[in-house]
Amino acid sequence: MTVFTNTIVGGRGGAFSRAMQNPHLIFGFVIIGCIALAAVVLPGLLGLDSLAVDPLNRLKPPSVAHPLGTDNFGRDLAARILAGASTSLSLATAVTLLAASLGVAVGIVASFSRLLDHVIMRICDGLMAIPALLLALALTATFGPNFSNLVIALVIVFVPGIARLVRARALALRSETFVEAAIAVGASNLHIMVRHIFPNVLSVLAVQVTFIFAETIVIEAALSFLGAGVPPPAPSWGNILYDGKAAITKAPYMVLFASTAIVITVTGLTMIGDGLRDLVDPRMGARLQPGMARRLFGLIRPRTSEGEQQ
Amino acid sequence: MFTYTLRRAGALIPVLLVVSIVVFSLGWLAPGDPARIVLGPEALEADIQKLRDSMGLNETLWYRYLDWISDALRGDLGTSYFLNMPVSTAIGQHFGPTVQLAVLTIIYALVISVPLGTLAARWRGSGFDQGIAGFTLIGLTFPSFVLSLILVIVFSVWLRCLPVAGYRDLFSDPFNGLRYLILPALSLGTIYAALITRTVRASVLDVLKSEYVDAARSRGVSENRLLFAHALRNAGLPIITMIGLSFASLLSGAVVAESIFNIPGIGSLLVNAIERRDYPVLQGVVLFLTLIYLGLNLLVDLLYGIIDPRVRLTGTVAK
Repeated sequence: MTVFTNTIVGGRGGAFSRAMQNPHLIFGFVIIGCIALAAVVLPGLLGLDSLAVDPLNRLKPPSVAHPLGTDNFGRDLAARILAGASTSLSLATAVTLLAASLGVAVGIVASFSRLLDHVIMRICDGLMAIPALLLALALTATFGPNFSNLVIALVIVFVPGIARLVRARALALRSETFVEAAIAVGASNLHIMVRHIFPNVLSVLAVQVTFIFAETIVIEAALSFLGAGVPPPAPSWGNILYDGKAAITKAPYMVLFASTAIVITVTGLTMIGDGLRDLVDPRMGARLQPGMARRLFGLIRPRTSEGEQQ
Repeated sequence: MFTYTLRRAGALIPVLLVVSIVVFSLGWLAPGDPARIVLGPEALEADIQKLRDSMGLNETLWYRYLDWISDALRGDLGTSYFLNMPVSTAIGQHFGPTVQLAVLTIIYALVISVPLGTLAARWRGSGFDQGIAGFTLIGLTFPSFVLSLILVIVFSVWLRCLPVAGYRDLFSDPFNGLRYLILPALSLGTIYAALITRTVRASVLDVLKSEYVDAARSRGVSENRLLFAHALRNAGLPIITMIGLSFASLLSGAVVAESIFNIPGIGSLLVNAIERRDYPVLQGVVLFLTLIYLGLNLLVDLLYGIIDPRVRLTGTVAK
């Protein structure tokens, strides 16, 4: 019955067609796509206002008017969870893009200079010795809690890991024949960095970036929950959990709905990350410990030598 | 062994230097004038200047860093703005509950994970193994603060059998102390239980493949004895590493759980310090937790070197 599974898929195959055969990847993208679409379209379509206060209808359980109930200020919970999704997703996008570009630049430059490499890597070691959540908490507390400071703090937290990973990959690439050939032809360092090293780092980076995206969402929720993230009354999943914790005996559904949103998003991202990893490096798919497990554990564990795949 | 110890410890020096600079800059980057924070909004300008002088705030940054680091090396982390006590004393007072929680969490994680992981390796590929894989996946995708809130809803709100939050000292009141610590330990421990289960399963499987296990099996050693006496014992090294790392990360990972369950530990100290902009406490706690982590990490490395002499020669631990 499974005769066709052994058919050899020819040659390279388009990255797209290989991606289409990866159920994890597709399913993950569908989940995240649906959440993003809902966060963008639904509030306008249904006329939901995440900040409209209705003191007469505080902590009302789910009903027709409020499908997910109302919170302790009488705000519509569905509207707040959707708005929280766009807060989380836009924060994660900003952090991921900034951290990735900075990390790639630092990592590639470090791989080209021995002296710089030593200095940069020791700084990375030091930053990674402080647990991620603790560092993020300390930095946001110092900068003051608002959206852009949150982005800065999380970028500082994530850049060292990316830089280390990119540097390790770049160092390995430098001894490859095609790079040696480019050097022999007399290509400038800048040319080699941009045209030869950079494109070959991207595959490893893609996997890492997905995990950082998920970590950002979890850390944001944790920080907001502790009062050091997105300042209220702005909607964010962590803020909803914070309000929900105060009302946990009267309105447990607040915590349940917000938790569900977080868990679904993280699961979707995990699937994308694992799927991407299979796509980039099929051998690693056979590993017992999936990447996400280590990444989530790494949130509270200092990241001394993690993230380097050599 | 001595040179190995020296080398491992020496590698920490640059790390510590960077950590100290980061922690020092937290205080320097913080908005507001520390002297003004201490004296309050209605203080006289002259008093503020006097306090600035005595706090050393008018010195150059370089001098202030050296001053701070030499104090820190002597164990003096400064004085809290609000608690009226040295930061080190505050940390000492709050460390007990955090350690109690961490120990309880590790015990729970081990009791769950060692049997489950071993049995999953025994019946590899069976329904039981699949079930364990599902459990570990759930344990790893639920962030611990989400899990703790769900546990509170189930056990405290719906079943009403455990308290929502609070803390009693475990030594003076063991029964109630345990009741208050069960939910935090469950919510924190599940992720570690999942992780250790995976480690146990993987390393037991590794050992089961080796030739001496085959030899023992052909001698007629029973399958259960083979599993627990032969395989589990020799799979101990990765498991010990995992436990050491878990314990170290627990001490800092407890921040969120402590604030959810109102446990007066290091995490609560940190969160309160953030709310009150008490920067010396913030700096002290971050430095303290990082040092504990690095220390325990070093200990695990050294332990590895003692158990497995090959590690000492190559200098790095294959994790």
